[in-house]
Amino acid sequence: MANGILVVLENNDGKISRIGWETLTAAQKIGSDLGIGVSAAVLGKDAKSMADSAAGKHADAIYAASNAALENYTPDGYTAALEQVIAKAAPAYIFVGHSYQARDYVAKLALRINAKIISDCIGYKVDGGSLMLTRQVFAGKFNADYSFSGNGPYIATFQAGAFSADGLQPGSAKVEEVAVDLSGTEIRTNVLDIFQGVKQEVDLSKAEVIVSAGRGLKEKDNMALVEGLAKALGGDVSGSRPVCDDGWLKIDRQIGSSGQTVSPKLYLAVGISGAIQHVVGMKNSKYIVAINKDPHAPIFEIADVAVVADLFEVVPALTKAVQEAA
Amino acid sequence: MKIAILLKQVPVKDATLKVNGDGLWIDEDNVTFEINESDHYGLEEALRLKEKHDGEVVVVTMGPERVKESIKQALAKGADRAIHINSSGYSNPDPIAHAKLLCAAIKDENFDLILSGLQSDDLGYGQTGVLVAEMLGMAHATLVMETDVQDGKIKVKRELEGGWFQSVELPLPAVLTIQSGLNQIRYATIKGIMAAKRKEIKEIAISDLGVSDADASGIQMHKIYLPVKTKQTVVLEGDTADIVSKLVDKLKNEAKVL
Repeated sequence: MANGILVVLENNDGKISRIGWETLTAAQKIGSDLGIGVSAAVLGKDAKSMADSAAGKHADAIYAASNAALENYTPDGYTAALEQVIAKAAPAYIFVGHSYQARDYVAKLALRINAKIISDCIGYKVDGGSLMLTRQVFAGKFNADYSFSGNGPYIATFQAGAFSADGLQPGSAKVEEVAVDLSGTEIRTNVLDIFQGVKQEVDLSKAEVIVSAGRGLKEKDNMALVEGLAKALGGDVSGSRPVCDDGWLKIDRQIGSSGQTVSPKLYLAVGISGAIQHVVGMKNSKYIVAINKDPHAPIFEIADVAVVADLFEVVPALTKAVQEAA
Repeated sequence: MKIAILLKQVPVKDATLKVNGDGLWIDEDNVTFEINESDHYGLEEALRLKEKHDGEVVVVTMGPERVKESIKQALAKGADRAIHINSSGYSNPDPIAHAKLLCAAIKDENFDLILSGLQSDDLGYGQTGVLVAEMLGMAHATLVMETDVQDGKIKVKRELEGGWFQSVELPLPAVLTIQSGLNQIRYATIKGIMAAKRKEIKEIAISDLGVSDADASGIQMHKIYLPVKTKQTVVLEGDTADIVSKLVDKLKNEAKVL
């Protein structure tokens, strides 16, 4: 018999990650609207202490699935362990944060347990007792509504930041240890090393003003425009992934899912289209100005001010005006 | 080394898109298409691996007639042959169904390595590579930034979040999903374009793949629509001087940074 929603709380180096709490928040809201219960699972070499850290949240049970083979994440290990937790909890729905880790194993898990899957959801509606999930398509240009069909279980993954963990309901959940047996599981991935790519020399998380460059700047020499505006505003320079990949800017100034997450008083996006991967890193900025010549650029969806114009005209004029105003 | 690159064609990045009449796809008239960005990096990685280890690179793609153009581009860059699953008229939104079709088309090829992009820029499920690996019983790694083929195995650098990376080793055969930016994509040469004309493009109809439940879908797409704004966005356009004076005023009085 199917039982409510099971959330997989992501283990980030021995602690439950932010996206794990966000996904639990999503499950509490959706569970309440569907009238079903919520439980959660956390995996690791020793998952008990992490499960204990979730015991004060509103949920029926927190399953701690521990096994020495889960010390490092591997798709084979996680899939096999979750199969066993899912067999025990028998959920109707399984919710996972759409993290880089989840992208690596959730589709595999879906095939193993014969589940239906809708990935990277940003919102939901409950209509007549059935769940409708919203996700972005065409690189954020449109939204699309989806539902599951046929028999469950149903897996949904949720984008980082789609739900705020500030909405997490406190409560009292029973912690239950699940003996996971991985003796018959072949773990094909051998984890050799985990390391930081570039030493993070710049911390933009405390910056008050950030001027950020996108591929609309066309070439490296034009970065001077962004640097000049940042200087006039007394702010820092950052960039989208393509700008850093192309070497226009050092990688430790990259904003987005593979870089830093920022929330300055002003985020001024210059020539950035607003791909989801970038937006997750800056959408909580207090004030967002975007300059882009494409009136349909997704960045405008989250901007306070959308400047639909040629950045090569606006940025130099704005820099001059800011210098004069200061 | 026998390498497949799973390649998808998507609208160009700066395309202006409109939802079509049935609300389930875009109006493709006047839209230009290109190779999906991360798939393009995957193709380049496949070509580099072939140059280093010999063997062949096979382009595998599913799509309507228009994808032939992307196939030709990949062949001109150096891929050896192509398999085109012609999906004209097929509109199943479920990535599991798509992966089944891809697997049916390639399972007898016994590839040593199957590469795909990390995610498509149209539906963006980000599942295809992982699904194909599981269906074919192969090991996989996603978000790959570097590859190093060794004897019977492959070492890859995977991207984690927040600027962290991981180095892992997998047995071959394996499936890798490629992150954009791991290499520099080459241009096709005139010689390559000429040579591509003689390369094989094997076209297969979905009905010839023997997948009995090709139309089954575990998910239903109801409609595609422009996102409803949660924020009041003020649009500034037109005269530069006018834009700048309004913007300075906002930076002073609303953002309060001046």
